[in-house]
Amino acid sequence: MEKINKLSTTAVPLAMEDIDTDQIIPSRFLKAISRAGFGDNLFRDWRYDKADKPIPSFILNNPLYNGEILIAGRNFGCGSSREHAAWALVDYGFKIVVSSFFADIFKGNALNNGILPITVSETNLQALLKIVNLNPKAIFEVDLAAQNFCYKEALKINFEIDAYKKECLLNGYDDIDYLLSIKQDIVAYESL
Amino acid sequence: MAKTMFDKVWDAHVVKEITGGKQVIYIDQHFIHEVTSPQAFDGLRKRGIEVFRKDKTVATADHNVPTINQHLPIKEELSRKQVDTLIKNCKDFDIELYGLGHKNQGIVHVIGPELGITQPGMTIVCGDSHTSTHGAFGNIAFGIGTSQVEQVLSTQCLILGKPKKMRIKVTGKVEKGVTAKDIILHIISKMTVGGCTGYFIEYAGEAITNLSMEGRMTVCNMSIEMGARGGMIAPDEKTIAHLKDKKNAPKGEAFEKATEKWLALTTDEAAKFDKEITFNASDIQPMITYGTNPGMGISINQTIPISTSDSQTKSLNYMAFKQGEKMEGKQIQHVFIGSCTNSRIEDLRLVANFVKGKQKAKHVKVMVVPGSKSVELTARAEGLDKIFEAAGFELRQAGCSACLGMNEDKIPAGEYCISTSNRNFEGRQGQGARTILASPLMAAAAAIEGKIVDVRAYLN
Repeated sequence: MEKINKLSTTAVPLAMEDIDTDQIIPSRFLKAISRAGFGDNLFRDWRYDKADKPIPSFILNNPLYNGEILIAGRNFGCGSSREHAAWALVDYGFKIVVSSFFADIFKGNALNNGILPITVSETNLQALLKIVNLNPKAIFEVDLAAQNFCYKEALKINFEIDAYKKECLLNGYDDIDYLLSIKQDIVAYESL
Repeated sequence: MAKTMFDKVWDAHVVKEITGGKQVIYIDQHFIHEVTSPQAFDGLRKRGIEVFRKDKTVATADHNVPTINQHLPIKEELSRKQVDTLIKNCKDFDIELYGLGHKNQGIVHVIGPELGITQPGMTIVCGDSHTSTHGAFGNIAFGIGTSQVEQVLSTQCLILGKPKKMRIKVTGKVEKGVTAKDIILHIISKMTVGGCTGYFIEYAGEAITNLSMEGRMTVCNMSIEMGARGGMIAPDEKTIAHLKDKKNAPKGEAFEKATEKWLALTTDEAAKFDKEITFNASDIQPMITYGTNPGMGISINQTIPISTSDSQTKSLNYMAFKQGEKMEGKQIQHVFIGSCTNSRIEDLRLVANFVKGKQKAKHVKVMVVPGSKSVELTARAEGLDKIFEAAGFELRQAGCSACLGMNEDKIPAGEYCISTSNRNFEGRQGQGARTILASPLMAAAAAIEGKIVDVRAYLN
């Protein structure tokens, strides 16, 4: 897993609420047996029409917007547990997703793939969306160690992340590394 | 200290406390299927490790399998490759596989309880969000991502934070024509699609305990549709009766002993929940969804609410419905009876009983997809296949089918499908397809009339 610490990047706004993982990656693309290549089909049916032509009104097709941060409406990633949604975001090039609320399973999947989900208040979410809408080239600074997310001097947001997952992201560790290291505790539990 | 049922099961599975309030939780049973496991097995190969507890792992092929001619090779190349990969992985890692053609094959959440693998007090996971179904037996059962599938395969454990606890009570009795599906669609419509995120639910109250085990599974199945990781129901005599003589359930004296333990898995009188909500069964009517998430549901006699956000407007545009309209009377072109929500034998019996002697509307296509090979065989043995055939319904073979449209069972763009499944997301049943969620009874009535109707008008 890739490490994350500091990031300085533009953002893509997607204000829609309750975006489910079927939209992030439709089920017909779940037939692959590797983790690679899902980025091409990220938000496939919002991004392309039935003839596979880009839909100009969709934000990822707007040349003004790019960057490693996706700012999305509340309850991002609800629905199916498919980790392919996180793989698609990573493969496309997103490293951070900001929302006022994340669905549980998606959040866990994101963290397990080196994506940092940042939860902000609804007020801050609206403020961030406004900044990006007014200025697509706005640069945001993210500092995971310090747990803050800033836009110039205008907006400084402190975010929460649990200590264990923070450690994993900063060092590029995953849960299996840890679980394998405590195998004797697991065996001891089994014999209780 | 007084404990909830959830606390009792959770606390018994803590292997170790770690930093940041996280805990290492032991998993008693792991189900795997072809779609969310290949990358996890690859991970094991890369690390050069074995599956840690093969006897706690069971695999089946369900998401991406055809529901006709299952004895023939799968036509679609990518699907075949994915199912073949599961077969190879199970062989290489020595895992029990109920693949296509096996008598135990079926939707993972249907076969677990059917075989008695699902037993009260367990922790159960699967790379599928509807794993919450197994909670009907008093389990902590929830869906996980593929990285977590790999964790469980390699260590039988997960690193988790303990969720908050919510109790949802449904008091009183439901009227005729109101099923388990209507109860849960009603609850979701009130709680909203994200309203239970961060919580694990205990369902209780007379309307819940009055449900059969199959009905309880329908309720727990859709817990995830309001964001809850899972939902559970305390084991009782119905749970015990369901488990007795099941293939994997304990037998004889061991069963008696287990029964004692299982029946003790109830919430203590003084135990506290983080949130408690009560619904009255008498307020629940046959439900129907009008939008593109399962929280967008109304009673059949209500009208589509006024949109209050761009997301809701987008949703109505997708469905080509207008605010203020009634759902009753709307034309449908497809009916799907199936999925881990409503594909068990009781669902098929209910539908068959309703359609006996009736004919589907001419313009409607009706698929009945059993949840397992065993459900299919039982349906045939009981003559339900003849009833379906006479009504113009097509009884197919077991799989997830048009619930998620990964196989060829898709709904064409722009057409409406009344579906007994669990999700009405955009494109869920096929690109551009429009899904309307309802109970098996409501779906059966719509099949006959060719439009959405209030099933109560057809019951004596």
